[in-house]
Amino acid sequence: MTNYSYGPLLFFAAIGLGFAAFSVVAGALAGPKRYNRAKADAYECGIQPSPHAEGGGRVPIKYYLTAMLFIVFDIESVFLYPFAVAFDRMGLFALIEMVLFILTVFVAYAYVWRRGGLEWD
Amino acid sequence: MGEFVATKINYAAVLPMLIVFAAAMIGVLVEAFVPRASRYVAQLPLTLIGLAGALAALLLNSRDNQGITAAGAVVVDGPTLMFQGIVLALSILAVLVMAERLDREGADAFTQSGASVPGSPLEAQAERLGATTTEVFPLTLFAVGGMMLFPASGNLLTMFVALEVLSLPLYIMTGLARRRRLLSQEAALKYFLLGAFSSAFFIFGAALIYGATTSTDLSVIAKAVGQVTGLDSLLVPGILLVAVGLLFKVGAVPFHSWTPDVYQGAPSPVTGFMAACTKIAAFGAMARVFYVGFEALRWNWQPVLAVVAALTMVVGAVLSITQKDVKRLLAYSSITHAGFLLLGIVAMDRTSIAGLMFYLAAYGISTITAFALIALVRQSGAEATHLSQWAGLGRTSPVVAAVFAFMMLSFAGIPLTSGFTAKFALFAPAVAHGGVWLVVLAMLASAVTAFVYVRVIVLMYFSDPIDGVSVVNPSYLTYAAVAVGAALTLMLGVLPSPLLDAAKSASIFLR
Repeated sequence: MTNYSYGPLLFFAAIGLGFAAFSVVAGALAGPKRYNRAKADAYECGIQPSPHAEGGGRVPIKYYLTAMLFIVFDIESVFLYPFAVAFDRMGLFALIEMVLFILTVFVAYAYVWRRGGLEWD
Repeated sequence: MGEFVATKINYAAVLPMLIVFAAAMIGVLVEAFVPRASRYVAQLPLTLIGLAGALAALLLNSRDNQGITAAGAVVVDGPTLMFQGIVLALSILAVLVMAERLDREGADAFTQSGASVPGSPLEAQAERLGATTTEVFPLTLFAVGGMMLFPASGNLLTMFVALEVLSLPLYIMTGLARRRRLLSQEAALKYFLLGAFSSAFFIFGAALIYGATTSTDLSVIAKAVGQVTGLDSLLVPGILLVAVGLLFKVGAVPFHSWTPDVYQGAPSPVTGFMAACTKIAAFGAMARVFYVGFEALRWNWQPVLAVVAALTMVVGAVLSITQKDVKRLLAYSSITHAGFLLLGIVAMDRTSIAGLMFYLAAYGISTITAFALIALVRQSGAEATHLSQWAGLGRTSPVVAAVFAFMMLSFAGIPLTSGFTAKFALFAPAVAHGGVWLVVLAMLASAVTAFVYVRVIVLMYFSDPIDGVSVVNPSYLTYAAVAVGAALTLMLGVLPSPLLDAAKSASIFLR
C-alpha cells in the first residue's frame, strides 16, 4: 500500500468541505436579509401551513400524502412504459412479473384507501 | 438496440425471501381489511408462520438450489443461506418478544397511535379505544425480507435496495414506543436522518466504483479491480464510501453516534430485534462486498478496517463504563461487539467467516433475550432502565436477575456461555492471519467490558432493592423467547460444534 492512493480521497474531501463552507459563507454575505414571520416557520416554503389541529401542534399531512400517492403511481407508470413497448417480445414471464408488480402496488393502495388516506377531511 | 433477454430467476433459491415478502403483503392487507379488535390475533400467527415457513423452505429446499440468479443480482451460496437462516431464526424469537402485550392497561411496549402527538386528545382517544399496534408485524417482516436480501446481493444496486428495505421499517418501529414517546420519536428522526446520510455515502461509492469498473456486479468488479490501472483514484474512494454505508449500519466508530440514542429510544423488543438482526445482515453484506468484490485491493482497505475495528472496540468499551442506563450500556456493548466482529472481516479467511457467523448468532440470541428482560422491569408503569433502579433485582425477582446475569456473562465471554466459544471462534482465525495486535486489543477491550457487565451483576445481587420497581408478569410468549434464548446461549457455550461445523461448511462465497 502506498500513501499516494489516499491522496485523491483527501483532495476530494477538501473540495467537498470547501464547497460547503463557500456556500454557507457566500449565502450569508451576498444574500438579502429580510426578517418577517415566514422566516420563523418550521418549513419556509412560500405557502402558509394549514391551520393547526386542536390541542397540539399537529401539522396536517394531506399534501404530503397526496404527493406520496402520486409518486407510488408515478413509479408504476415509469415501469409500465418500457413494458408496454416490449411486452410482446418478452413473453409470459414478463407479463406475470408485471401483474405481480401491479398487485403489490395495489396492496399499498388498498391500505391507504381503507385507512382513510384518500379522504381530504 | 440489442434483443431483449428475459432474466432467469431460480425461484427455488429465492423462495424463503418470497415467503417473507408475501407474508408481509398479506399483513398489510390484514391491517387494511380486518377489524381493529381482531388484527392482533390475525397478525401474530401470520408473522410466525411466514418466518417459520421461510426457515423451513431455506433448510429443506434452498441448499440444493444454490447459485447465482436473477442476472447476478442475487447470489444464493453457503454464507447467504447461513446468514439468512440466522436472521430468520432470531427474528422468530424477536417477534415473540414484540408480540408481548402483558395483558394490562398501558403496559404494552408499543404506542396505540404512532401518528398522534404525545399528550394530545388524539392519543388519549386511541388509548380509550384500547387499540394495540399491529403494524409492527408487517413492518418486521419487510425488515426481515430486506435483511435476507442484504447478504445475498451480488450487485451493489441490489444491495442498496436491500439496505433501504431493511432500514425504512426500522426507522418507523423505532418511533413507536409506548412510554417516553418524545424520546422515541427523537431517536427515530435521528436514525432516519443519519441512515439516509449513510445510504447516500453507499450509493455515491457505488457510483464511483461503477465509474472505475463499468459495473455494479460484485463478480465483474472483482475481475476489473485486478486489471484496471490508473483509476485507483475512483476505485479506492468508492470502496471506502461503500464501507462507510455498511459500517454505519453495524454501528462502528466513527459512525456509531446514533446507536446509544436509538437503542434507548426504541421500544425494547424492537431494540433487541434491531441490534441482533441488523448486525447479522450488515456483516453478511460487508463480508460479501470485501471478500468477493474487493479482494484484490485488500492492501488498501484492510488497514482502514483494522483501524476502524480498533477504534470501535476501544471507544465502545471505554464509553460503556460511564453509562447509567441499561439500554445505553447495551448499546455501547453492541458497538464493542461490532469492533470484535470487524476482526472477522479484516482477517480475510474462510475460517474467520465461520467465526463471524457463529459470533453473530451467539450475540444476537443473547441480545434479544436481554432486551426481552429489560422490557419487564418497570417502575410506575414505565420501563425502569436506569441502572440504579436495577439495584437488588436479584432479591425481588431472582429469575429475571439470574437470566439477565447469564446474558451479561455471555456478553463478557465467560466459559460455559456462548460468548466464550464465539470469541474463540472469531479471534483464533484473526491470530492465525496476522491480526495479533487487534486480538490483543480485543482482549483488553473484553476485560474492560467484563468489568462493566460484572458491575451490573453486583448491583443486582449485592445492593438493596429500590421501592416501586417491580417485574411485570409476562405471557407465555416472553417466557418462550427467554427460555429458548437462555437455553441456546448455554448450548452454544457447552456444545458449539453443530453450529460451528455448519458455519465452517457454509463459509465459501460463490463468485
